[in-house]
Amino acid sequence: MTIFGIPPQALFGQLLIGLINGAFYAMLSLGLSVIFGLLNIINFAHGALYMMGAFVAYFALQWAGIGYWPSLLIGPLVVGLVGIVLERTMLKRLYHLDHLYGLLLTFGIALVIQGVFRNEFGSSGLPYGIPKQLQGGYNLGFMFLPMYRAWVIVFSLVVCLGTWYVIERTRLGSYLRAATENPALVQAFGINVPRMITLTYGFGVALAALAGVLAAPIYQVNPLMGADLIIVVFAVVVIGGMGSILGSIVTGFALGVVEGFTKVFYPEASNTVIFVIMALVLLVRPAGLFGRTA
Amino acid sequence: MRLTRVFTLAAALLAVASAAHAQVSDGVIKIGVLNDQSSLYADLAGQGSVVAARMAVEDFGADKKGMKVEIISADHQNKPDVGSQIARQWLDADKVDVIVDVPNSGVALAVNQIIRDKGKAFLVSGAASSDLTGKACSPNTIHWTYDTWALANGTGNAIVKTGGDTWFFLTADYAFGHALERDVEAVVVKNGGKVVGKVRHPLNTQDFSSFLLQAQASKAKIIGLANAGGDTTNAIKQGSEFGIARGGQNFAGLLVFITDVHALGLEKAQGLMFTETFYWDMNDRTRAFSTKFAERNRGIHPTMIHAGVYSSVLHYLKAVEALKGDDGTKVIAKMKEMPTDDPLFGKGTVRPDGRKIHPAYLFEVKKPSESKGAWDYYKTRATIPAEQAFRPLDQGDCPLVKK
Repeated sequence: MTIFGIPPQALFGQLLIGLINGAFYAMLSLGLSVIFGLLNIINFAHGALYMMGAFVAYFALQWAGIGYWPSLLIGPLVVGLVGIVLERTMLKRLYHLDHLYGLLLTFGIALVIQGVFRNEFGSSGLPYGIPKQLQGGYNLGFMFLPMYRAWVIVFSLVVCLGTWYVIERTRLGSYLRAATENPALVQAFGINVPRMITLTYGFGVALAALAGVLAAPIYQVNPLMGADLIIVVFAVVVIGGMGSILGSIVTGFALGVVEGFTKVFYPEASNTVIFVIMALVLLVRPAGLFGRTA
Repeated sequence: MRLTRVFTLAAALLAVASAAHAQVSDGVIKIGVLNDQSSLYADLAGQGSVVAARMAVEDFGADKKGMKVEIISADHQNKPDVGSQIARQWLDADKVDVIVDVPNSGVALAVNQIIRDKGKAFLVSGAASSDLTGKACSPNTIHWTYDTWALANGTGNAIVKTGGDTWFFLTADYAFGHALERDVEAVVVKNGGKVVGKVRHPLNTQDFSSFLLQAQASKAKIIGLANAGGDTTNAIKQGSEFGIARGGQNFAGLLVFITDVHALGLEKAQGLMFTETFYWDMNDRTRAFSTKFAERNRGIHPTMIHAGVYSSVLHYLKAVEALKGDDGTKVIAKMKEMPTDDPLFGKGTVRPDGRKIHPAYLFEVKKPSESKGAWDYYKTRATIPAEQAFRPLDQGDCPLVKK
């Protein structure tokens, strides 16, 4: 039996691969959505910070002998701090201006960070191994699933759903959402809104760094890894609806799957298929699939 | 009125006379290094090629000989339109006499035509497509370092003969990948092997898992990587994750550079076999060059592309010196006439179709236990003599070759 000329086993395999890649899209677009939703900043530096996360893991291993597991914590912490410094010193001056300024500033920051890393470490990337506990894989019959990929998909699902839960279902999340609607009023209730916003940016950026650490054993640790990914992730955010938390998670996974199938049926288009979908979605639903029309 | 006309005529005559005299135009030889300086091919060519060109000018002793040589460089971003525009700007406005390197066959083929139209000189080191000395050969172009035919001939032959007779190709979807796939497929079929499938992936792909799954499903013994740079390293790294070797399949890296091996690490790269025309640790002369080069290039040792840039610029300057002029078409003709000799490739020749001839080597990547440290990566499995390393002159369909 075949489906469109391809045995169903192969399709299952591709479905799973798509979900794994979707996990990265979801984690990155989630961070972007949180930042856009609460700060109104289109964070173009996201890809560069994702790359920094991977580099922190690499440095930790090379310089201090710190392995993968602690890096899952150290990477987001270090990059989160960098993000907080960026927000305190630069971004906070832009909140009252048009989106365009934030976009330009973060784009500039991304170029500077990438340029510095490329100058220092070249473009071919640095090796980073898979942790011992996650080497090997499972034979699922229809495909060989590397254990590390299984870990990525489970871990990122937990992180994504956890974030969604905190923002949509807890008291802290309700403060955050209220602060975006009316900061002055929330402040009047005795909540330190500027600090909350700073921490939110730090958290969004830490999510990117976490994705970077997760990616390090799969891809090379490469100064350009963020630049290659960020454009796709922006398309994911636009398709999902700017600022929609659940939208970015669902769209991230879904588009990973679409891209995976494209790699089977028409591999030449696998780089462009997401943008075609983006154009179509914008034509039909300008606010994105999960976005609220203002 | 009359007087002006006379003066104009005189000036024109003088201009013609001086052209016939063949001088170095505007007193400066301007070399433009055009390559990828920011993306997946930036380490295997990039700024390293600029360093190599500079070292060639120094070793040639241009200063002492009173020749003024200037080197400029630019990033073509792997886009043929960007590369073409820079080439036009360089040749028309900036008085560049020769363009060198140009990895990415798509860009190189575009620039090849522009240089031919403008009668300048083109020394290709980075690009691989064997079409540059085949259908697209030009009296203004020399293809220096390697080409897809040589890679296919070296690696393809060796692998099919040791039992790797069924192939699946992962091919970069542009001129280079297509040419390499075509040339390797011809070798595989000629030796009685079979190609059971192929998939074309976009240039600069991050995730190969989907393609690897297709390669695994094909059950081919050999997965041929008709790609380069970051695409090759990503495919190999993820291949080990997906248990390609455990499933009884092997990768054939059809174009692998030492910077790729360095990026992968020996643990992942060990046992890979591929063809190159240069390795830094071959003799005293290559070692001396490479030590000096690495000092000036962030410790990165020279790839064969860097070596080719050095060697081709050196030979170009010798031809300009012999000719006492820098007319592109004439210099290229002179370069073909003169035998080549340099510390990196030894003695060699340039054929009428523009193919530079030297030996090629089948290398195997060392095991971590065999390596003495960083950059000690290759052992030589076989030497392919110069006369067998490249496509025979009469098989390339180059219009410049009289049949």
